[in-house]
Amino acid sequence: MVKEIERAGIPVVHMCTVVPISLTIGANRIIPAVGIPYPLGDPNLGEEKSKKIRRSLVERALKALQTEVTDQTVFEN
Amino acid sequence: MDKIRVVHYINQFFANIGGEEKADIEPEVREGIVGPGLALQSGLGDNYEVVATVICGDTYFGGHIEEAKKTILNMIKPYKPDLFVAGPAFNAGRYGVACGTIAKAVEDELQIPVITGMYPENPGVDMFKKDLYIIETKISAADMRKAMPKVCKLAKKMINKEEILSPAEEGYIERGIRVNYFNERRGSERAVDLLLDKVAGRPYTTEYPMPVFDRVPPNPAIKDLSKIKLAVVTSGGIVPQGNPDRIESSSATKYGIYDITGLDSLNKDKFMTVHGGYDRAYVLENPNLVVPLDVLREMEKEGVIGELANYFVTTTGTGTSVGNAKAFGEEFSKKLVEDGVGAVILTST
Repeated sequence: MVKEIERAGIPVVHMCTVVPISLTIGANRIIPAVGIPYPLGDPNLGEEKSKKIRRSLVERALKALQTEVTDQTVFEN
Repeated sequence: MDKIRVVHYINQFFANIGGEEKADIEPEVREGIVGPGLALQSGLGDNYEVVATVICGDTYFGGHIEEAKKTILNMIKPYKPDLFVAGPAFNAGRYGVACGTIAKAVEDELQIPVITGMYPENPGVDMFKKDLYIIETKISAADMRKAMPKVCKLAKKMINKEEILSPAEEGYIERGIRVNYFNERRGSERAVDLLLDKVAGRPYTTEYPMPVFDRVPPNPAIKDLSKIKLAVVTSGGIVPQGNPDRIESSSATKYGIYDITGLDSLNKDKFMTVHGGYDRAYVLENPNLVVPLDVLREMEKEGVIGELANYFVTTTGTGTSVGNAKAFGEEFSKKLVEDGVGAVILTST
């Protein structure tokens, strides 16, 4: 799905838990997420901290969308 | 003669420990055979002994790849195996990645024959087919009875250093290795025959298959996010309570588009997940963990993003065929373009 969105001309960022899979399928802008059962946040740390993590991950995703890339890029921070 | 020592790797499901709710278990090693190890032992025969089985939860492995790899290698080494078998993983994506990762690590570190098995669409195949012999299996574990003997047959050939024949003859997934051989008929004759078959519309098989690279170049970066309409797409199976369109919990044949007009957050009373490939407990409690509506709405209000599309697009990623996923993507991307969406966040569990 990531590739088809990109092919349609829309910049897309993939927030995913297993980065090697994302690289294999051909996503260009990749954000490593927290964990498989909770990609955007960490409920074990309580709701407030979990939401903060989510916000910072989404901010990173938006930064990736505003960054020129020529090849597959994993935005670690 | 000493028996040939075999170590087997399986996940929590095949070890009979549990399903997704147990997928976060850390690696452990047990003496002897566990679960499908029985079929492995009987397929390999009396000259072989499955001395140990390493078990690890798929979610744990997927989330801690480097750490798990190191731990598992250290568990395997004391057993001094002559052969390492992982899986087969069929179409279980994280399990396939785990089998491939650990098999390659064992091959590199211990320099012994390694083998695994997967369905061709398992993401582990594209990651490791160049490095490993991966027996081609059917989609589900119902194929174990047929898959394991193929694994055993090829494994024995590797141990005995017999010549490994072509992928079609041995049943493994093509590795992209070209082998020279003598053909009775010279190239020009074969080429003309191929051409005649092609012209006549008869089936023909090329002798020189080209690799297929389906890569899409990245789109240019967004200049001004505060003027952009952003949409969220997910493969995490988030749907309205009751799953009105009955999106499957695995191997999805459809996707859904659901309205979020006026909502500041994905409330658990209104939304849920039907994804059958991870422990849903956390996400059922807070669906924003997959579709981050709460923080995106804040950012919309702050003017960081111009506008949030008034819907999200969703399906279940687990076991879903590449063909279906591609078709979903083609179809809903048209709508995204028509609706003036200028950027997409796609989340996967």
